[in-house]
Amino acid sequence: MLNRPLAAWLAAGWAAALLLPWYMLDDGLFSFVWLTEGYAGDRDYAPALFQVLWHERYWLAPLGLFLALPLLAVGRPDNGRGTGMLLVAAGAGGLFWLLLQGFGIDHRGVSLALLEPLVPEGGRQYGMGWGASLVALAFLFFITQGLAAHGLARGDVFVAGSIGLVVALVAAFIFFPVLTILSSALRDNQGALAPFLFLDKLFDGRIWGTACLTGGGRCGSAWNSLILAVLTGLSTTLLGLAFALVVTRTGFRAKRMLRTLTVLPIITPPFVIGLAIILLFGRSGAVTQFVADLLGLDAGRWVYGLPGILFAQTLAFTPIAFLVLIGVVEGVSPSMEEAAQTLRADAWTTFTTVSLPLMRPGLANAFLLGFIESLADFGNPLVLGGSYDVLATDIFFAIVGAQYDQGRAAVLAIVLLSFTLMAFWAQQRWLGRRSYATVSGKGDSGLPLQLPPALRRLCYVVVIPWAALTAVIYLMILFGGFVEFWGRDHTLTLRHYIHAFSVVEGEHGLVWSGAAWNSFWTTLQIAAISAVPTAALGLLTAWLLVRQSFGFKRAFEFGTMLSFAIPGTIIGVSYILAFNVPPLELTGTGIILVISFVFRNMPVGVRAGIATMSQLDRSLDEASLTLRANSFTTVRKVILPLLRPAILAALVYSFVRAMTAISAVVFLVSANYEMATTYILGRVENGDYGLAIAYCSVLILVMLAAIGLMQWVVGHRRLGRRAPSVASAAEQTS
Amino acid sequence: MKNTLRLGAAAIAILVAGPAFAAGKMTLYCSPQEEWCQLMVTEFEKETGIKVAMTRKSSGETFAQIKAEASNPKGDVWWGGTGDPHLQAAEEGLTEAYTSEHLDELHDWAQRQHAAADKKSVGIYAGALGFGYNEELLKKHGLPEPRCWSDLIKPEFRGEVQMANPNSSGTAYTMLATMVQLMGEDEAFDYLKALHQNINQYTKSGSAPIKAAAQGETTVGIVFQHDAVTMRVTGAPIKVVSPCEGTGYEIGSMSIIKGARNLEEAKKFYDFALRPDIQTMAAQAKAYQVPSNKQATPPPEAPDFDEIKLIDYDFKKYGSSDERQRLLKKWDEEVAAQPR
Repeated sequence: MLNRPLAAWLAAGWAAALLLPWYMLDDGLFSFVWLTEGYAGDRDYAPALFQVLWHERYWLAPLGLFLALPLLAVGRPDNGRGTGMLLVAAGAGGLFWLLLQGFGIDHRGVSLALLEPLVPEGGRQYGMGWGASLVALAFLFFITQGLAAHGLARGDVFVAGSIGLVVALVAAFIFFPVLTILSSALRDNQGALAPFLFLDKLFDGRIWGTACLTGGGRCGSAWNSLILAVLTGLSTTLLGLAFALVVTRTGFRAKRMLRTLTVLPIITPPFVIGLAIILLFGRSGAVTQFVADLLGLDAGRWVYGLPGILFAQTLAFTPIAFLVLIGVVEGVSPSMEEAAQTLRADAWTTFTTVSLPLMRPGLANAFLLGFIESLADFGNPLVLGGSYDVLATDIFFAIVGAQYDQGRAAVLAIVLLSFTLMAFWAQQRWLGRRSYATVSGKGDSGLPLQLPPALRRLCYVVVIPWAALTAVIYLMILFGGFVEFWGRDHTLTLRHYIHAFSVVEGEHGLVWSGAAWNSFWTTLQIAAISAVPTAALGLLTAWLLVRQSFGFKRAFEFGTMLSFAIPGTIIGVSYILAFNVPPLELTGTGIILVISFVFRNMPVGVRAGIATMSQLDRSLDEASLTLRANSFTTVRKVILPLLRPAILAALVYSFVRAMTAISAVVFLVSANYEMATTYILGRVENGDYGLAIAYCSVLILVMLAAIGLMQWVVGHRRLGRRAPSVASAAEQTS
Repeated sequence: MKNTLRLGAAAIAILVAGPAFAAGKMTLYCSPQEEWCQLMVTEFEKETGIKVAMTRKSSGETFAQIKAEASNPKGDVWWGGTGDPHLQAAEEGLTEAYTSEHLDELHDWAQRQHAAADKKSVGIYAGALGFGYNEELLKKHGLPEPRCWSDLIKPEFRGEVQMANPNSSGTAYTMLATMVQLMGEDEAFDYLKALHQNINQYTKSGSAPIKAAAQGETTVGIVFQHDAVTMRVTGAPIKVVSPCEGTGYEIGSMSIIKGARNLEEAKKFYDFALRPDIQTMAAQAKAYQVPSNKQATPPPEAPDFDEIKLIDYDFKKYGSSDERQRLLKKWDEEVAAQPR
């Protein structure tokens, strides 16, 4: 007999081949014109079966064979070795043929000599649509089912299927496009192989120069990027930790405000923070002028370069560190700390020898994220960089600059990736193989330890001024949207808002006549659509990494981190190169934006998931499994509720990043799918700051509302911790 | 069965989509500012009924996109943006040759662009290079009014001049090439080295220096004059200068993309964009370049080309990849690497 999931996938595969349109529709994924306009009779809309029978696309026929193969398993013992082999053969054969014909025959006709006998004169095909994608998925699950029967993931069908799915998606949407563009590192501008040119570009003085150390001249962008990334990683991790400690372990009164304030910078579209910093600290900035007048100095341009970028990045990325760390700090078990105190350790010793080491996974992950974000950041160095060149901006201008040089961009991307690889490796070394599990099934209702007084004061000294600074910057941004010309003419006006967001009463009801509405709705829609798969895929991957063991785990983990480390420009161009032609023809659609967001932001879900999950004791899973729940039920009933902080972090982050991303998006937007950030970038380029800032303010408010909504939907994780006061104890039990 | 289905489908298709399809559609890649792009689209749609899907991206971004899409082009016309990437696209065979009936009505420089690109591109507007300075800052620091390129290398301007990095910006490359043509290569590089001492920052984007000047972050910004005019019109205390020695210019261009799916519509747009009445409308969108059609009226704010000493800029030579790469490398090694 076939087991239920297999039967379901087999049915889905057949249904897709018989009923769903095989090719990508011009009218969009969710259009149903194919039902009324010809359906099987139409060359573009027909399902696979009719493509073969009526439209001379004979090369699709072998797929039927591979779809039929699993039927032989009917009546055989479930999960037997023979069945396994059969399934793997069917799945692998089917996928292979799907790819072979997909890449061999495209919109221009057949390019693979091997396939020529199958293709009649003028035969060609377009990108994969619903039918083709579902059939591909069915083949994939045949393989994982077969491998599970052979013992992959201890025979767990759900785990094997999940691994297969994540691997296939990462391969298709990260490795395939990235390899497409990185291979151009080895070629010259005409596309011919040029390995020496590659070495020449790799050891270019502009990348590795060290003239700034010996006095005079400038340093290479690689060194600049590395220094900046390390500093940003450290500063964001420390600040994030300070915020997390203040929120969870002190009696600080305005915690809620602090939380909101720390979230603000990630929901800020690019360029705005940079502009605000210039207005405050630039040469004519308010603060600079004030200090210069006070000390009688000549106002300088100190903010341009390393100090400015570091400042802006710390402001922008501390919230990410905070989001990662808060779950971890909350999760550290009070019982361990109480044990230390019972052994007569004072508060300081307890903190440094028990609490802090238990936060290591959080610290390491926060640092890694800050490091990588800083390497890939492009908006802040663009505005504040001065003559401090970093890899991310160099890559952007290797592509869009005065001299288009894809090879140089690819070489720079390789340098950047190798830095990421190093950081990743160092992080693994530092964490080692110790256990950090502190959330277990045992009764663990301790009182979270208050911070030692000295440390508490230190945290306050760091957190309060920083929070105040953030508040000032945001007030300035808000203010900037209501004045004639930010930084010059501060007459109050509403004209920017009216221009962007006016709604007038027309003949047929309301007319959204503002210039920004179009990109605003698209952005909101795409961000919302991409948030859920991002979180789901990220956490699923994290669960596989933390809880399951399989052979190629390290490579798998690095693969999922890859897209995050690659600068947006490279992702953008590589997506056009890879997905502009069949079999995956996605350019000009909204899907390509969603996919790029999902795979670019998934690593945050993975990191947050890993950090939180490595604190959950395995005994919880085991208890559930012992009670005969399968792995899927265990994930749903035990792991997920404990993962709420990580789910929230992933949802919020992906939503927000989709609304604020710029460098990848520039290449992927099209006439029908314009994003808010590219619109804003256009305004900034044109010097139209008022409108840009008004738009940003609206986006910030929308994101705040959305985050509140998500927080409410996901809910809080309840760990069995005693609350410190009666009032909040009542809150917890209610 | 099959035929009935098809007949039915065809009937429905004609009923539903017929009238809409008759007028056609096209995809426009647009590189100047949003308002101008919007204006062109609206006017063209109004006149022809052809539905235009427009994407606005800078000229570098558009070039990168057209190159990446080359095997399956998605765009039809690329309108606007500085001429060099248009020439480069022509050189690499990414664009289609076309000669409009309006070609004879164009200024000499626009026709030369058409010839230089083997008919694959044409000039639609021109903008002269120059610089702008912040009048308030100049007064505050007690600096003399700069009128010539040579004024910018005077020691009192140390740390007061900003320009873009020619590696990342077409504007700055135009300045580099202009200097080479104006002074001869060796003297040009001596000049740029001297200027290097006065530069406070090489920005990434071409128009950033004048925005910085408007904000009071730098005193002088080397940019295209029309960008400086745009800042002045928004109310910034910017004075636009056309250097006394003479200066180079850019030719904003237009090309039809090779393999365009809507070639007929693309040609219609091309002809439309060269018409004098259409080019005259640019001022409505705050575009202060000089239009390429002789009969079009330039906006009153636009720098007057008759009063500017323009050099005979060799677009063919300085637009070619080899020459550009050579000059950029030389600039990088001899100028940018110098200590300040």
